[in-house]
Amino acid sequence: MTTMRRKAVPYLLISPTVALIAAFLVYPIASVAYYSLQHRNLTRPWADGFAGLDNFRRMLFEDEVFWHSLGFTAKWVVAEIGLQLILGLALALIVNESFIGRGLARSLVFSPWAVSGVLTTGIWILLYTPSTGVLRFLGQPEAAVLGNPGTVFPAVVVTELWRGVPFFAILLLAGLQGIPGELYEAAAVDGAGRTRRFIHVTLPHLRDAIVLATLLRGVWEFNNVDLLYTMTGGGPAQVTTTLPLYVAQRAVDSKDFGYGSALTMAGFVILLFCSILYLRLSRFGEER
Amino acid sequence: MSADVMTRPRTRAMPQGARRRKRRDPGRVLRLYVPLGLYLVFTLVPFYWMLVFALRPAGSTDPVPWPITFEHFETVWNDIGYAVFFKNSVIVGVWSLLVTTVIAVMGGYALSRYRFRGRSLFMVVLLCTQFIPGAMMLIPLFSIFKSLGLINSLASLIVADTVFNLPLSIILMSGFISAVPFTVEEAAMVDGCTRFRGFLAIVLPQLRPGLIAVGSFAFIHTWNNFLFALMFVSKQDSFTIPVGLSYTIGEYSADFGALAAGGVVAALPVVCVFAVVQRYLVHGISAGAVKG
Repeated sequence: MTTMRRKAVPYLLISPTVALIAAFLVYPIASVAYYSLQHRNLTRPWADGFAGLDNFRRMLFEDEVFWHSLGFTAKWVVAEIGLQLILGLALALIVNESFIGRGLARSLVFSPWAVSGVLTTGIWILLYTPSTGVLRFLGQPEAAVLGNPGTVFPAVVVTELWRGVPFFAILLLAGLQGIPGELYEAAAVDGAGRTRRFIHVTLPHLRDAIVLATLLRGVWEFNNVDLLYTMTGGGPAQVTTTLPLYVAQRAVDSKDFGYGSALTMAGFVILLFCSILYLRLSRFGEER
Repeated sequence: MSADVMTRPRTRAMPQGARRRKRRDPGRVLRLYVPLGLYLVFTLVPFYWMLVFALRPAGSTDPVPWPITFEHFETVWNDIGYAVFFKNSVIVGVWSLLVTTVIAVMGGYALSRYRFRGRSLFMVVLLCTQFIPGAMMLIPLFSIFKSLGLINSLASLIVADTVFNLPLSIILMSGFISAVPFTVEEAAMVDGCTRFRGFLAIVLPQLRPGLIAVGSFAFIHTWNNFLFALMFVSKQDSFTIPVGLSYTIGEYSADFGALAAGGVVAALPVVCVFAVVQRYLVHGISAGAVKG
């Protein structure tokens, strides 16, 4: 094999990936930027044309749903990530202990991760149904939790926790398994109790895993459209509309691609800004 | 993504003796079994409730499904069309699994065995794709598939799902490949194997856990993907399971039994796959993704 050919091997190996990413991720992002400057609606093709910044003007100054969706998106992501971190960490610590039936317990508690957002909606709608759901056993026979603006938020948050905590726990469990056992032994010999071992050994070692998990899950919950789309449709009265859900509704239901692209650009900028800010603040990957 | 992470034997928090003493500790019950039990209830009651609705006759409000009936399954499978949705989901899922796995092995091998110019840029691009929201890509991808004439074709779903599965699959796979010592591969090449033959004979057999983890990950993601299928497919005979299910939910006030039975059909394949591969997945993430 000549040197030239040998040098080409890794590039040949990654070429399908590069081609797919270029064609179906990079090019589409560029085209979103282009569409956001256009009037483009599949249901009204005669009105298509260059729009300049008109879509953005409409978004920033005339669209109350946009501003409301930003607030709800923040509330949704913060609530989900905070609760998933606490519950996921607790769950990971529990299933990292050794006990009889641990493999089975892991399979069972992690299993909702494999369930789709749509199916999660289907299952929890059965639970929340006033006449036949489980809430009637808790003494709330007539509570239509999803139709009431006061109860819909906790209802969807709990539903998403059911599916979201397992993956958080999987990521943190992977991190826990990387902590050398000798450290705990050394700490125990030095007389550190359970709490101090957790604070001084476990948490510092999990730091990067926690930062990465919260970031990945944060992006993921930001993007989580399936559950809200099917469970509440953004309602009642659009109180549960996130920005990506709003985009999806624009794309799927009203086919308003120009305005939807402008919303998409706003989403990209917000996501990029928040991610960089978060990585900066958490000083991810820095030597300590 | 260092190899020592993989080869290090799995560490346990407590030495053998300490663990045995802990078992008689009453605090352990409170600390371990009570929260675990509570969490299991939270996890399993929803699944149980779905089974109850799916298996009991329409109109019953019994918390125990007895006598068992399969009428709801017959309704969804034959009348609503889940037989077709299921077939479509299997086609999309299996194709995406195969394509993702093959390309991920190629890319993972390049990342793990070669130091080439642009390698770190490639890594950064892969990681950045994790921040691209699927919902945000609906509009541009729709336009692309429309110009390719792939709207209403399952091929559009296979392509889109594969692209979104690939980056994490490659990162996971390169972790698994790094765990196979390069020296064995070298020995085979010294013995006159070509690099490709050596890979097939030496690396691939040891890569089984990685192939299972990446393949099942791709399958589960594809099986569950809703938005792409909703956007790119509008003909009922091309619906996948999640789209079919969403329409059943839309009409849920009519028939809870059908909704629950459809849910069981949707859940069964992925939950079974997941139960088997769960431990490979944890292992793969600790080897690849978290250690970056």
